[in-house]
Amino acid sequence: MLELREVHKTFYVGTPNEVRSLRGVCLSMQQGSFVNVIGTNGSGKSTLLNAVAGTFLVDSGQIVLGSEEITRQSEHRRARRIGRVFQNPFSGSAPSMTIAENLALASRRGLSRGLGWSLTRSLRDEIADRIRTLKMGLENRLDNPIGSLSGGQRQAITLLMATWVTPDLLLLDEHTAALDPRSADQVIRLTHEIVTRDRLTTLMVTHSMQQAVHLGDRILMMHQGQIVADLSGSEKARTRAEDLLSRFDALRQRDQLTPAVRDLLEHSYV
Amino acid sequence: MVLLISAFNFGLIFAFLALGVYISFRIFHFPDITADGAFAFGGAATTAMLVSGWGPIMATVAGFLAGMLAGATTGILHTQFRIHGLLSGILVMTALYSVNLHVLGKSNVALSAASTLNKDWTVLLKNSVGEMERVDILGWMVGIQDLASLLLLALLMVVVGLLLYCFLKTKLGTAMRGSGDNPQMILAMGVSDKLLLTFGLALANGLTALSGSLLVQYQEFADVQMGIGMVVWGLASVIIGESLVGESRLGLLIAGAILGSILFRMMIAIALRCGLNPNDLKIITAFFVFIALVAPQWSRRRKSRLLLGKLKVV
Repeated sequence: MLELREVHKTFYVGTPNEVRSLRGVCLSMQQGSFVNVIGTNGSGKSTLLNAVAGTFLVDSGQIVLGSEEITRQSEHRRARRIGRVFQNPFSGSAPSMTIAENLALASRRGLSRGLGWSLTRSLRDEIADRIRTLKMGLENRLDNPIGSLSGGQRQAITLLMATWVTPDLLLLDEHTAALDPRSADQVIRLTHEIVTRDRLTTLMVTHSMQQAVHLGDRILMMHQGQIVADLSGSEKARTRAEDLLSRFDALRQRDQLTPAVRDLLEHSYV
Repeated sequence: MVLLISAFNFGLIFAFLALGVYISFRIFHFPDITADGAFAFGGAATTAMLVSGWGPIMATVAGFLAGMLAGATTGILHTQFRIHGLLSGILVMTALYSVNLHVLGKSNVALSAASTLNKDWTVLLKNSVGEMERVDILGWMVGIQDLASLLLLALLMVVVGLLLYCFLKTKLGTAMRGSGDNPQMILAMGVSDKLLLTFGLALANGLTALSGSLLVQYQEFADVQMGIGMVVWGLASVIIGESLVGESRLGLLIAGAILGSILFRMMIAIALRCGLNPNDLKIITAFFVFIALVAPQWSRRRKSRLLLGKLKVV
C-alpha cells in the first residue's frame, strides 16, 4: 500500500545547522495496517510523515502509494488521497468558518470544486448525522465558528474531516499531544473507532508509549533518521510500554558514548 | 440633496473597490497594493474602449477583465516566483503606471463626447419619466442625470454584491475563504492554496478595476494618477463596515463593506462642505485608517490593564 525506498532528507545542507533527518528510510505498509511511529525528539518521525504528505520533497529515494509513485507530487495532489490530522488542533480547520462549512469543504476532498452550492440541505443533514457520532453535542452548533470550540472538539472534527472521504492513507501526527488527558482519550477512542470501521491504512506518530502499545498492529522506533526497530505480530503483542522506554534509554546511553568508543563496541559485538 | 446624492454615487462607485479590498485584505489577509494600479487600469481600459467607439457595457467588462489580469499577475509573482506579497503588488502597481499611460495615450482623457453607462441610463430614465431635467423627490429637486446614476449604481451594486455573496457560498468560493483562513487546512483538503490565492487576487482586482471603470464613466474623465491612495480608501470603507456589522456573517460583512464605503464618502463630503482643504483629503484618510487600526489595540491594552488592576486588588 505505502512503500518508502531508501528515502533521504537533509535540511540546511552545507550550513553548520545541517540536519540529516531521514537516512535511507525503507518502509512497507500493507493495506489496512495501523503503524505507530515512536522516537525521541528529532529522531525524524514527524519528518517521515511530512515526507509522505509532501510538505517537502525528499532528496532521494521513492515514495509509492498504491500503484502510483508520489515522490515528486505536490502536497495538495497527494492530499486528495491522504487524510491528515496535525499535532496542533488549530491547524486542521478554518477557524472563522462554521463547523458545517468546514465539513462541507472536507466532503469534496479529491473531487472537483465548481460553482454548485457548498452546503446543500442533504449535505447538512449528513453532517449533522456524522457529527452526532462524535457524541459531543456539536450537531446543534453547526453554524458556530469552529474557532469557538475547544482543542479536543476541533481535533475530533479534524479527524472527521480527514476521513470523510475515505483516504487511501491516514496520517496522524501526534494528534493528541496538545490535548488535555480527557480530550486525548476521547480523540484516541474516536481514532480507533474510525480506523477500525473503515479499515484505514494508518501511520501514526506518537509520544505516548501506551498508545503505541495498545493501538495498531505494528510499532516502528526511529532514531537519528533511521528505523531502528520494527515490532509486529506476537512481538508487538508481548511488548510493554516499559520495554519501549528501556530501548530508548539504551539508545540515549549509546549516544553519550564518543564515536571511537561506539565503533569499538560495535566491532567487538561483530 | 444634490450633495447627498453625489456622495451616495461616489460611495457606491468606491463600494466595488471596498469589495475588492475586502477579498484581498480580509479573506486572504494579503496586503495587496496592486489595487492602486488596477483601479486606474480599469478606468484606462474602459476609457480606451469608449474612445475607440465600443459600447459602455463591453468597455465596463473590459475594465473588469483588465483588473483581473493585474491581480492574477500579482498572484503569479507571489506564488510562482516566491516574491513577497507586498513587493509583488508594488511591482505590478509600478508597472501598471506605464501600462496605463500607453492605454490612455496621454496622462488624462475626457469622455465628454463618448457614450457611457451613465449617459445611456440617463436617456433611458428620461424616456420613461418624460423629458424632465429635474425630478421632485421628497420636496427636493434632483437632477435626472444624478438620479439615473444613483439608480444604475445601486442596481449594479445589488447585482454584484449578491453575485459575490453567492459565489463565496459555492464549493469554489468556500474553498477560497478556507484558504484565506487556514492555507494549511486547504492544502490538506487537496486544493492548491496558490491557485486559490491567484484567483482570489484576480477577482479582488477585477472589482477594484470595475470601480475605476465606473468612476471614469461617472465623471467623464480619466487620469493616469486616479488610483493613488485607493487601497487606503478601500481599507477605510471595510473598517467602517466592520464597525457597523461586527465580525459577523458573510452577507453582513459584504453589506458592511458597501455601507462603509457610502458612509465614508458621506463623511468626506460633509468634511469638505465644512471647509476641509481637498488637498488634505489623502492625509485625513490615511490618519483615519491609522486610528481605526490602532484603536482596537489601545482598547485591548486598556481592558487588560483594568483587568490586571482588579486582580491585584483581589
